[in-house]
Amino acid sequence: MAATPSFTNKHTGEMEKSVGDAAAASGRLFDKVWQRHLVASPDDEPPLIYIDLHLVHEVTSPQAFEGLELAGRTVRRPDLTVATMDHDVPTINPLGPITDPLAAEQMARLRKNCEAHGVTLYPLGSAEQGVVHVIGPQLGLTQPGMTVVCGDSHTSTHGAFGALAFGIGTTEVEHVLATQTLRQVKPQAMAVTVDGELPAGVTAKDLVLGIIAAIGTGGGTGSVIEYRGAAVRSLDMAGRMTVCNMSIEAGARAGMIAPDDVTFAFLEGRPHSPEGADWERALDDWRSLVTDDDAAFDREVRIDAATLRPVVTWGTTPAQSVSIDGAVPDPASFGTAAQQQAAQRALDYMGLTPGTAVRDIAVDTVFIGSCTNGRLADLRAAAGVLEGRRVSPGVRAIVVPGSARVKAEAEAEGLDAVFTAAGFEWRSAGCSMCLGMNGDILAPRERSASTSNRNFEGRQGPGGRTHLVSPAMAAATAVAGHFAVPGDLEGSRLDARSAKG
Amino acid sequence: MRAVRKVEGRAVVLDRRDVDTDQIIPAAWLKRVERTGFGAGLFEAWRADPGFVLNTPAAAEATILIAGANFGCGSSREHAVWALQDFGFAAVIAPSFADIFRGNSIGAGLVTAQAAEDGVATLIAALARCPEAEVVVDVADRAIGIASAGLRVPFELPDYARWRLLEGLDDIGVTLRHADAIAEFERRRPGWLPASGPRAHATT
Repeated sequence: MAATPSFTNKHTGEMEKSVGDAAAASGRLFDKVWQRHLVASPDDEPPLIYIDLHLVHEVTSPQAFEGLELAGRTVRRPDLTVATMDHDVPTINPLGPITDPLAAEQMARLRKNCEAHGVTLYPLGSAEQGVVHVIGPQLGLTQPGMTVVCGDSHTSTHGAFGALAFGIGTTEVEHVLATQTLRQVKPQAMAVTVDGELPAGVTAKDLVLGIIAAIGTGGGTGSVIEYRGAAVRSLDMAGRMTVCNMSIEAGARAGMIAPDDVTFAFLEGRPHSPEGADWERALDDWRSLVTDDDAAFDREVRIDAATLRPVVTWGTTPAQSVSIDGAVPDPASFGTAAQQQAAQRALDYMGLTPGTAVRDIAVDTVFIGSCTNGRLADLRAAAGVLEGRRVSPGVRAIVVPGSARVKAEAEAEGLDAVFTAAGFEWRSAGCSMCLGMNGDILAPRERSASTSNRNFEGRQGPGGRTHLVSPAMAAATAVAGHFAVPGDLEGSRLDARSAKG
Repeated sequence: MRAVRKVEGRAVVLDRRDVDTDQIIPAAWLKRVERTGFGAGLFEAWRADPGFVLNTPAAAEATILIAGANFGCGSSREHAVWALQDFGFAAVIAPSFADIFRGNSIGAGLVTAQAAEDGVATLIAALARCPEAEVVVDVADRAIGIASAGLRVPFELPDYARWRLLEGLDDIGVTLRHADAIAEFERRRPGWLPASGPRAHATT
C-alpha cells in the first residue's frame, strides 16, 4: 500500500459525524441526500457514498463483470442491482433471432453475468423490459432521497424524484458491483429557478433546452442542479424526468427536483413502492427532502418562464437552439472568434444557411422515443396532434415506446392505432435511433426531428443531421413535412394534452 | 492500473471545444465486450477527412492530445478513454473536461491535465512554431513543460486523482479497506428502501 497522500477534503470535513442521521441534515435538497449516504469521509480520500440502486444494461457492463471475476470478487448487493437490455435491442421483431452478432453477444453476456451473480434481469421479451431510465421509475424502484447510478449519462433522469442520480463509467460500474459504494468528490450545488407559468405550447423539452441554451454545454460542470420555481412545479413526473434527463447536456453531474404530492401520487402502488405503515414512514421522510428557505446555492440562475418558446436545435450541441418562430443564426452574430468558428462548423455539418426560417427546414425522418421523451405522456402528447392527420408524404416517421409496459399501456388506450393510421411505424421498446446502435439510423445527410437528447455529429448515424424537439413538435413536424408546432396545422386546436408533453 | 508519473512525447492539437464522446468513439464501437481494440475507432468520422490532424504521420507517434474546453462531454462511455489510450495517448490537455469523462480517465490511468485557457493557448502557439517539440506532462509536479520553448504551464488535478495515478492504485482495493463502515452503513438503512427481485406489475 502506498503512502497516505495529503488530501484535503474541503467540503465534507464535518459530515462524517452525521452519517445515517437524517434529522441532522439541513440546507439544500442535494446536501440532505448526500449526507445520508456518506459511508466514510476520510481525510485522505474522496468521500465514499452508498448506492441504493444500480441499474445495469448490456453495453457498459460486460467489461465490469469481467474485471470483477478476474479479481475474484462478487456482486456485493445483487438485490440492489437491476439489469435490462435497451441500447442494442432490435425494435422490429424483438423476439426473433438477433441478426447483429455483436449485439447478440452483448445480450448473451448480460444474461450470463446476471445469472452467475444473481442479478434481476428484465431481458428482451419481458413485460418490464425497456430503456433503463424508463423502467426504474415505472417499477417504483426510483424513490425520493435515494442514490441511483448506471453506466449511462442519462441516469440524471431519476433526479426528478428527488433522488441523487448520475451516470458512471465502466470502471465505476465494477466498483459499485464490488462495493455498493462510489468515491465522489462532493459536487457543488446549483439552482436553476424557472419562475412563472409556461406559455401555451411550451413543453418540458422546450424548458430544458431553454435552460441549456442559457447556461451552456459546460454550465453545470462540477455541479448538481436543483430545478426550482413554479414552472418546474407545474410539470407532471414525465415532464420532470425530461428536464432532469438533459441535465448532463449542460454538463451537470446530476439534476434534482424536490419531491411533492405529484411525486408521491406517481409512486403510490408501484411494484417496489413501500406499502402500509412503510408507505407512511417513507412519506414522512420524503416530505423532509426539500431545500430549506435559508439555504444558499453555490450558483443560482433564474429564468422567466414567459420568455420560453417551443424550440428546435439548429447545431451540433444541445445548447444551439432557436425558437420555432426564428431563423438559422448567422455565425457572425456570435461574440468570439471561437464561437463563430464553432457555429460555422455546425452549420456546415447540418447543411443549413443562415437566415433560413426554422419553419422552412424540411425533414426526412421523425423519431419519437428515448429516455428523454419515450414515456406514455409523451406518446399521448404526440398522438393528440396526430389524431385524424397524416404524416407528410416522403417523411419516415417512427415511434419507439420507452418500455414494453409503455407500449402495452399505449396500446390499451389505442394510441398505436392513432400513430399507425397517421403513417408512423409502431416499434418495440429500446434506445433505438437516439444513438443508433441497433441499426435504427439516419443515412448520411438525412435530416431528423427527434425527441431524443443529443444532436452531436453522427449521433443518429454517420453523417446524419439531428434536430432536437418536443414530442408535440415532432408530431406536428411529421405532418407538415417541415418544422412546425401543433398550432400551425390546419384545423388545429391546442389542447392541454398536446401542450404539456 | 499502471502507475503514471510523467507522460513525455509529441503532442497533437485538436483545436475544437465540446468534443463529445460520440466523436471520440462512435456508438457502433460500443458493441465490443473487450477493453482493448478501440484505437481504430478513435475519431472515426473525422478521420475520414485526410487532412484531419490525427491522420498526420506525427500523430501516430503522439502521446499527448491538446483540445478545447469541455472535452469528453456527452455519453458516459469509458470506451472513449480506452480508445484514446489504445491509439497511443497517455495524456489529454484541455481548459476543461466533462465530469464523467474525467472520472473515467482517472479510473483507467489516462492523465487529464486541466490548464488555464491562456496556458493551453501558449502551448498551442509553441507547437505551431515547432510541432515536433517534446512535451512533458508531469503528474507529480502538476505542470506541462516544453523545454525547447522554455515553457512551463501548471495544470489542475485533484489530489486523490494525482495520488492514484502516481501509485497505480486499484480503487476497489482502497475502498475495501472501509468494508466495516460499509457493513455498518447497511445495517442502518431504512427498511422500506426497495430491493430488486421478481416484483412486477400485477397485470400486463
